[in-house]
Amino acid sequence: MDVLTLSRLQFAVTAMFHFIFVPLTLGLSVMVAWMETRYVVTGDEIWLRMTKFWGKLFLINFALGVVTGITLEFQFGMNWAEYSRYVGDIFGAPLAIEATVAFFLESVFIGLWIFGWNKISKRLHAMSIWLVAIASNLSGLWILLANGWMQHPVGFVLRNQRAEMVDFMAMITNPYGLIKFGHQIVSGYTVAAFFVMGVSAWHLLRNNELAFFKKSFRQAALFGLVSATMVGLFGDLHAVEIAKVQPTKFAAMESIWETQRGVGMNIFLLPDEKRECNAIERLCIPNLVSILAFHNPSSEIKGLKDFPKELRPPVLPTYLSFRTMVGLGTYFVLACLVALFLSYRADLEKQRVFLTILVFSIPLPYIANQLGWIVAEMGRQPWIVYGILKTADAVSKNISITQVVLSLTGFTLLYGSLGAIDLFLLTKYSRKGPDSDLSRIITTEGGN
Amino acid sequence: MELQITWFVLWGILWSVYFMLDGFVLGTGFMSGFLAKSDIERRVLINTVGPIWDGNEVWLITAGGATFAAFPTTYALMFSNMYSALLLLLFALIVRGVAFEFRGKLNNPTWKKGWDIAISVCSFLPALLFGVAFGNIFKGLPMHNDFAILSFSYEGGLLSLLNPYGLLTGVLFVMLFALHGCLYIAIKTTGNLAFRSSELAKKLWLPVLLVAVAFLGYTYPATRLYNNYFKVPLLLIIPAIAVTSLLLVRVFAGRNNFYKAFIFSCLTIVFVVFTGITGLFPNLIPSNIDLDSSLTIYNSSSSPYTLKVMTIVAFIFLPIIIAYKTWVYRIFRARITSEDISGDSEAY
Repeated sequence: MDVLTLSRLQFAVTAMFHFIFVPLTLGLSVMVAWMETRYVVTGDEIWLRMTKFWGKLFLINFALGVVTGITLEFQFGMNWAEYSRYVGDIFGAPLAIEATVAFFLESVFIGLWIFGWNKISKRLHAMSIWLVAIASNLSGLWILLANGWMQHPVGFVLRNQRAEMVDFMAMITNPYGLIKFGHQIVSGYTVAAFFVMGVSAWHLLRNNELAFFKKSFRQAALFGLVSATMVGLFGDLHAVEIAKVQPTKFAAMESIWETQRGVGMNIFLLPDEKRECNAIERLCIPNLVSILAFHNPSSEIKGLKDFPKELRPPVLPTYLSFRTMVGLGTYFVLACLVALFLSYRADLEKQRVFLTILVFSIPLPYIANQLGWIVAEMGRQPWIVYGILKTADAVSKNISITQVVLSLTGFTLLYGSLGAIDLFLLTKYSRKGPDSDLSRIITTEGGN
Repeated sequence: MELQITWFVLWGILWSVYFMLDGFVLGTGFMSGFLAKSDIERRVLINTVGPIWDGNEVWLITAGGATFAAFPTTYALMFSNMYSALLLLLFALIVRGVAFEFRGKLNNPTWKKGWDIAISVCSFLPALLFGVAFGNIFKGLPMHNDFAILSFSYEGGLLSLLNPYGLLTGVLFVMLFALHGCLYIAIKTTGNLAFRSSELAKKLWLPVLLVAVAFLGYTYPATRLYNNYFKVPLLLIIPAIAVTSLLLVRVFAGRNNFYKAFIFSCLTIVFVVFTGITGLFPNLIPSNIDLDSSLTIYNSSSSPYTLKVMTIVAFIFLPIIIAYKTWVYRIFRARITSEDISGDSEAY
């Protein structure tokens, strides 16, 4: 192993770990803000109890998302110094703006929200969780504009031995980044929806707090249906954008080797990278890939063989991740449809099979999120900035293997333990259920 | 004014405000082991920083992000050259943040004890490491850089950072933050805890002063920071404010006016950092083996266009940030008592 491989591995470990917590933060902040708003508007205590219970789980998750985010910002400089120097002129800006515009807002108002229950009015309190939700989502926008630039660099010139920004507006209106933002945000909402449905299902199966969890369940089912549908719509737009600007990634996602018109989609397909073809191709739906790529059944798709071997991404992981993600995405829409339908029946808690399936579905949107990032990042290889800079040329030259071995080991151990503790706490507080002592909640909230 | 100079000033402000704000959180963190005599006192201390630690840490993220956006070459070399030190710093900051959040989530003495140790150690380490890192930046790093052919080499390692001047700066940061933390506790808690903390602050003052004097003295042979002050003697007002503020900390602590003592402790930290950074100009990180290898605001900055965009962003958002941060600080201005915490299910 060399510094490059180890640094890539470390980036994967730290980014993927960070990204266990981010999607739930994105979605659950919005859901909790909605619950608290309902409480402020209706005055109904059940919304306050929902805010408190789901809010507590939100916070246990939130803490790790925040602290593991610092690593990513430092890591560009630590392990990817050549990259940072080469593209910092344009890539640094969205990161700095993210901190200025989003992180301050998020961190200040999360403090106000946690500790402000008896210090500010109900309205201000609800407003502070909305600001947290908006700020979290806004930070997503800036980081995805940054990532969008790595995928489809715009608004720059190569000058003074580096990429220099010449058009800020082009960078912040980069369709690639904006579509990715849309796709990602609703994916985060889907994680949150399945989290709330899953935990509610667990309690409904045990007849705990039926009114509370039925209400939570229905909110989540509706939120999930809208979100999961939007994931698909944005995903479609995203695929079109990829086909247009990242032909190698698109070909790897669909495992297409030969350039041809009217490409169909094989339901069963297995790429064989050595022989540059597919070992298995079964059940072809004619023209489907062409339709998905350019919304035109006879459009031409470039095959991987049109590109030199050294410019192709690893096909098998890109293809498999993409396929699995799409499969899961389809399942999410269907599951939410059924969930929403059942949530209107009086005997929701009797639907034991479906509720059990939902409990076990909690991890699935997480997996889909991670797979999406594998497609995005692995599918971009060998480039770190598509068409401009190779990953191999981006790694720091002044760090040693020993340093990276130690840091990778350190991150793995530290993150492993923190992740285990977080999972333990989330499970504990999820199972515990909402505080049943209403008087205690009201007292705290009333300021005594 | 040239945009590079604007960003040099902003760079200095971001770092010094970060040290001023996280300084008392870190100080409270590692002094809590000495000051808190019971679980409830521990909780009081953690809750004094509970609402604001995260917002204060964002100044670090912004300082890092601003370095990246405004001086990408400095960002790249600063972070990769000091790889191992930054790694330790990251681990400590990660554990500290999680510890605040997790400590109160289980009512088990071993669990709490573990997180208490984590808070102490992981607050102490960043204070020391930031000091060591900035001491070495003031002193210069052993770098050979050729900007024309993009050849950058670094001849140091983690151990080479632990030179006497770097360590002295580390001790200075630890001492300043310890004093800063004690003063913060003195104005944010009540009764015995506040009293013990204010007494400890008074005791810490003299050692802090001695270390500060040693630092200012040793800076002359160890660095080239004073050259700018010889060139423009008017600049000496910056270290003068730092020293005066530190003296006023003692004056107001002696009168038991700890609010004012804390304000001057804020000013001390800001102006100590300004003193160093003013001495660096126009370098961001000097090389101590080859003057031409130094990273300056000119050879490591972003393009004028990027600096202009970033300036607009900074001048729009920094006032807004300061406004809402001040507002939230005012909401949490009251002292924390043990009664507050036992009646609040949301408290840490």
